[in-house]
Amino acid sequence: MSEVKPRIRLPRSVKAGQAAEVKTLVSHVMETGLRKDSSGNIIPRMIINRFTCEYGGEMVVDMALEGAISANPYVEFDIMVGDATDVVFTWYEDGGAVYTQTEQLTIG
Amino acid sequence: MKTFTLSKLMASAAICAVALTSAAHADPHPDAELIIDGELKLNVRAEAPAHLDGALPELYSGWLFRTDETRALQMDDFENPAILAVEAGAELWETAQGATDQSCADCHGDAAESMKGVRASMPKVNENGDLWSMEDYVMNCQTTRMEAEPYGWNSSDMRNLTSFISMQSRGMPVDVAIDGAAAPFWEKGKEMYYTRFGQLELSCANCHEDSWGMMIRADHLSQGQINGFPTYRLKNAGMVSIHNRFRGCIRDTRAESFAIGSQEFRELELYVASRGNGLAVEGVAVRQ
Amino acid sequence: MITRRETMALGLGVATITLLPLRASAAAGDAIAAYTGGAAVTEGGVMITAPEIAENGNTVPITVEAPGAAEIAIYADGNPTPGVAVFKFGPAAGSNRASTRIRLGGTQDVVAVAKMPDGSFMQAAVEVKVTIGGCGG
Repeated sequence: MSEVKPRIRLPRSVKAGQAAEVKTLVSHVMETGLRKDSSGNIIPRMIINRFTCEYGGEMVVDMALEGAISANPYVEFDIMVGDATDVVFTWYEDGGAVYTQTEQLTIG
Repeated sequence: MKTFTLSKLMASAAICAVALTSAAHADPHPDAELIIDGELKLNVRAEAPAHLDGALPELYSGWLFRTDETRALQMDDFENPAILAVEAGAELWETAQGATDQSCADCHGDAAESMKGVRASMPKVNENGDLWSMEDYVMNCQTTRMEAEPYGWNSSDMRNLTSFISMQSRGMPVDVAIDGAAAPFWEKGKEMYYTRFGQLELSCANCHEDSWGMMIRADHLSQGQINGFPTYRLKNAGMVSIHNRFRGCIRDTRAESFAIGSQEFRELELYVASRGNGLAVEGVAVRQ
Repeated sequence: MITRRETMALGLGVATITLLPLRASAAAGDAIAAYTGGAAVTEGGVMITAPEIAENGNTVPITVEAPGAAEIAIYADGNPTPGVAVFKFGPAAGSNRASTRIRLGGTQDVVAVAKMPDGSFMQAAVEVKVTIGGCGG
């Protein structure tokens, strides 16, 4: 429904046993449900209400987000690097839409 | 007795004002440099162009007037939310439109080549002698060449596409022509810049020439440079065009503002752009 | 106690240690009690990095960190709805730290509550001043 486009930045190269900083940004209005349109009607809430990141089949972070998260939500956190390369990012939107993107870690 | 007190007060107020002015008219962050991703340095300071005749001692980008947090957002292309608009604009560049089913790229090819320098020279006089902003050139392409419905001046598609086009000039010095065919438009823009508008009777110059560096309530007044546009405003959580910013400024003087895309704003855009000749085009900036 | 405020990224400012007595609003207090299940909350153990003055309340950068925490919940004391986010750290997390950008409806305290693996809770708060632009916006 809304246009959700993830941007993800992983370090260029990481080493097993080290923490790797991950940055994510998605385009999304994060409509709070508290605003009114020009005719005075409440604009319905439409936000990304949950974000998860999994690495090597294990949870890195699981975040519950509210309307107080800014438009175009930005989230930054760290992954403990092991042997696996696949990192799976998932955004959950009000109304049930789910957006998933998988990125590869370069372990050097 | 009362008169004496009042004049004494006024004298000390005048001294304060002078002290404020000299302190305020200085580089707000002398040590700050705008370096994108640790690689690309953008000149946020420049020598004032001759036509300013000493009105500004040096040019300072609006970036220098912002807080550490706001400035940091623009130093990293990942953290800069305006890049979302640039990416959306890059898609529009490749999207076929109208009866001819042509995209921008079909005629103009690689924007990195064909659009390089465009932002730096806008607005400029076209071959018919009219002063056009970048938006006018886009709309003209859409109606006459693509036979498409043109984007609205302030539409999100237009803001995204102009963000993408502006990025192709990032780092180049602003260099708008003010002589020749542009001269009469520039003169009109200059006159407007110094004209007081609204119930508050404020001209552009009152804030951005006389009082830059000072605080207007909790806001740090900049020189009103437009080298950073289109700009992601934290307040709007989205891209803001030059004319949209002009409209907001004039509205805030409690005046009936000019329309976005009006001839008055094209002329003002030319004059204000020329006050920044020499500053780097920032591509897409971040402001408060 | 390691509640900390620092200017971010540029290293231009001086890091200062801020201790604020918690004076959460009723709504924030209720939300925090709902999160903790009414358990006692110890002060400290959570680090909040946020600007002292935000140029606009629409986009305020914030980092929370609580060594060893299983979760960190963030509340904006003066917002119409105080809940901001709950960050859960899984087994593949490389730290107990996360950053985001939040909306603050005005000058207020931001409270971070950390849930430790043993079920105990710790919290810290910082005040963020939100400015109003020169021309009313």
